Amino acid sequence: MRQISANQIKEKVKELFLKANYHIDQDLMQRLEKALKEETSPIGKSVLQMIIENNKIASKEEIAICQDTGLAVLFIELGQEVQITDGDFTEAINQGVREAYQEGYLRKSVVDDPIFERKNTRTNTPAIIYTDIVPGDKIKFMVLPKGFGSENMSTLGMLTAAHGPKGVVDFIVETVKKAGPNPCPPTILGVGVGGTADKAMVIAKKAIARKIGRHNQNEKYAAMEKEALEKINNLGIGPAGLGGRTTTLAVNIDYLPTHIAGMPVAVNVCCHAARHAEGIL
Amino acid sequence: MTQAKKITTPLDDNKVMQLKAGDSVLITGYIYTGRDAAHKRLIELIEKHLELPIDIKGQIIYYVGPAPAKPGYPCGSAGPTTSYRMDPYAPYLLDRGLKGMIGKGLRSKEVIDSMKKNKAVYLGAVGGAAALIARSIKKSEVVAYEDLGAEAIHRYYVEDFPAIMIIDCEGNNLYETEPPKYKKC
Repeated sequence: MRQISANQIKEKVKELFLKANYHIDQDLMQRLEKALKEETSPIGKSVLQMIIENNKIASKEEIAICQDTGLAVLFIELGQEVQITDGDFTEAINQGVREAYQEGYLRKSVVDDPIFERKNTRTNTPAIIYTDIVPGDKIKFMVLPKGFGSENMSTLGMLTAAHGPKGVVDFIVETVKKAGPNPCPPTILGVGVGGTADKAMVIAKKAIARKIGRHNQNEKYAAMEKEALEKINNLGIGPAGLGGRTTTLAVNIDYLPTHIAGMPVAVNVCCHAARHAEGIL
Repeated sequence: MTQAKKITTPLDDNKVMQLKAGDSVLITGYIYTGRDAAHKRLIELIEKHLELPIDIKGQIIYYVGPAPAKPGYPCGSAGPTTSYRMDPYAPYLLDRGLKGMIGKGLRSKEVIDSMKKNKAVYLGAVGGAAALIARSIKKSEVVAYEDLGAEAIHRYYVEDFPAIMIIDCEGNNLYETEPPKYKKC
């Protein structure tokens, strides 16, 4: 067994949330620059320029890219040969989130009771934690501060086999059309097909963090990604929803085996500030 | 885009009527912040016929919950939040003289009707451009509901705050007129 202390976990989580909230990945910055070159709408161009400029300021000054520094979502791969010492795994993660949001001047956006008191927990915890147990003696972290302007536009469709690939593409396009300017376009879409209602959304969320420009390795799914992206950008919604050719930057579809009776489709919408960071202990 | 129109707060009917959907606007003066929780409290006061903690006549409310300010900064990153969540509340404030709202995203028919009736405007700030927008916020103070943290009502002094006129007081709406120009079937 390899020993990893709770304190090491806390420090890694803290480091990754600070990084994700200040620095947009280079692949996304390049995609935004490309969109700026190709955009034909003058308002759309000026919006893209502001976004690019914003991301540069945030990175240089180490301040939040967006004031909505999100719910703290983590995808963790925990090696089964790891023994965690000196503390509690979940508490270490939440402590890392607390310290990042407190010391990094990030907004605390979590309310304790969703319906009644809606009192801010003032720590941005609890985090949303997904843990997979995997072979090996390492812990792999992927953190994803998720803003809610876009989360609110996410959809779940319990489609059936008869809908086929066209039904899935139509459902994705319709989600973007209905969302209009609300989720801060240009967006990135994570799409999960198969599994169960809940699992489809989990893999959709994880798909948001895929490197820009990469497609699903299954050619049929890759073709659907391209088709959905083209149809979406033909809607004309554009940057900030003010018209243009750049409504979505990437459609990332992942899939899982599912039940004979169903075809769940989850679309997790992410704004242009698709923040995430990865690290290994 | 055409040359930006410079406007100063507070607004009045005359200033509002000169703003047209599609104008690029730079705002200077005091503006107030408010989002879901603060709006809920304001409307509870209105329903009880009690006085509001701020005089909203002629003012602009910016839908934002800023990030905390780093030392040396007057304000943390402060981009707009999605406006539709304030739709159930906005007509109450427009009826009491609110002249402008800054946010992002669609507004309900009720809000737009109230804007026409009360001569008010809806301005868009670019969602996610929060660090850039914060540069135009020169002073920030909490004026009500401090217990709400980021959702408290702040009063900002802004200089050349960048916004786009989305819905004017005649109901012309950029979200309806622009996207069809770029649509391909």
